[in-house]
Amino acid sequence: MADNVTPRVRVPREASAGEAVSIRTLISHTMESGVRRDSDGNTIPRSIINRFTCTFNGESVVDVTMEPSISTNPYFQFEAVVPESGTFAFTWYDDDGSVYEDSADITVA
Amino acid sequence: MNFKLLTVGGMAAMALSVSAAALWADEDAELVINGDMEMIVRADAPAHLDGALNTVYSGWVFRSDGTQAMQTDDFENPGMLFAEQGQQLFDTEMGANGESCASCHENAESLSNVRATYPQWDEEHGTVQTVEMQVIECQTEQMGMEEPWGINSGEMLNVTALLASVARGNVVNVAIDGPAQETWELGRDIYYTRFGQLELSCASCHEENYGNYIRADHLSQGQINGFPTYRLKNARLNGVQNRFRGCVRDTRAETFAVGSPEFTALELYVASRGNGLTVEGPSVRN
Repeated sequence: MADNVTPRVRVPREASAGEAVSIRTLISHTMESGVRRDSDGNTIPRSIINRFTCTFNGESVVDVTMEPSISTNPYFQFEAVVPESGTFAFTWYDDDGSVYEDSADITVA
Repeated sequence: MNFKLLTVGGMAAMALSVSAAALWADEDAELVINGDMEMIVRADAPAHLDGALNTVYSGWVFRSDGTQAMQTDDFENPGMLFAEQGQQLFDTEMGANGESCASCHENAESLSNVRATYPQWDEEHGTVQTVEMQVIECQTEQMGMEEPWGINSGEMLNVTALLASVARGNVVNVAIDGPAQETWELGRDIYYTRFGQLELSCASCHEENYGNYIRADHLSQGQINGFPTYRLKNARLNGVQNRFRGCVRDTRAETFAVGSPEFTALELYVASRGNGLTVEGPSVRN
């Protein structure tokens, strides 16, 4: 079980219809690769976030498969076209089965 | 930015120049964090420098555009992740008395004047204390911890990052007179003493050659207003005295220990050279 795992997202509160908004996400996570060894020479078991998804009103925006060489505290920035007011939902899937979620509302004026 | 222009066309100018400062008089990048927190990254040198420097510059000024940008937004600043962990530690009970930092200090914001005024004279102990020494004092004398955090431990760095983050924007103003003067003078002596096989003093690089290249990097003035610092080279927080140790080691000298009276004196002296700059830790540096 990874410690201190906290998801964070930055989404603009408002946008105009059809605008591509910039979304930033970060989750604090050790992203232990599974190939390192501890001071006694034992392999430290792999423990990473292996999948990240973002949906907007239920529709998929991005769905990312993540591999062991990704650095600690993975950060994603991407753009999404916003057709209407709604909610971005973000989900991170941990190797240990934990699922971390966050969401952000956006209003189209 | 001018520092970067030096790479291309500045070699001749650099050779001619006696004072590097003259080359970037029009240097004007401003550091504003989160769009509203204005930092002072250049200020008139404090009087005690007696003309050794005209202007003091935050280390931020010397960094590349990309590194500078990381510090303008807490979301982009990896050091803030450690400050958040510091907040958790601040609220965690530790030691025999079942107390947390928050038991006495309520919240970190109530300690927002700390980073800007430490190291400072501690009357009770009759010595100059760094923030780290103060934390250890709380842990051993108030909280009943038998094994307080190490000065360079992850916990200590996280909590000092928290204390720096709530102090951002406060102007560094460490006292150098009164009972602290003797320690300050020791620190000044160390600053100007050449150490190691390379026979370099702090001043050799950070007073006489700031802005110039050292290998592939620009020398800063060695200001410590941005500590603890998140360094891209090791992807973690770095404490002031550990940075001192790295510098002294690179002169090929046996270094003073982190937490030694010598480094505490040096920390007070170097902090006083930055009187007038704002606290900006946890900063981002390369």
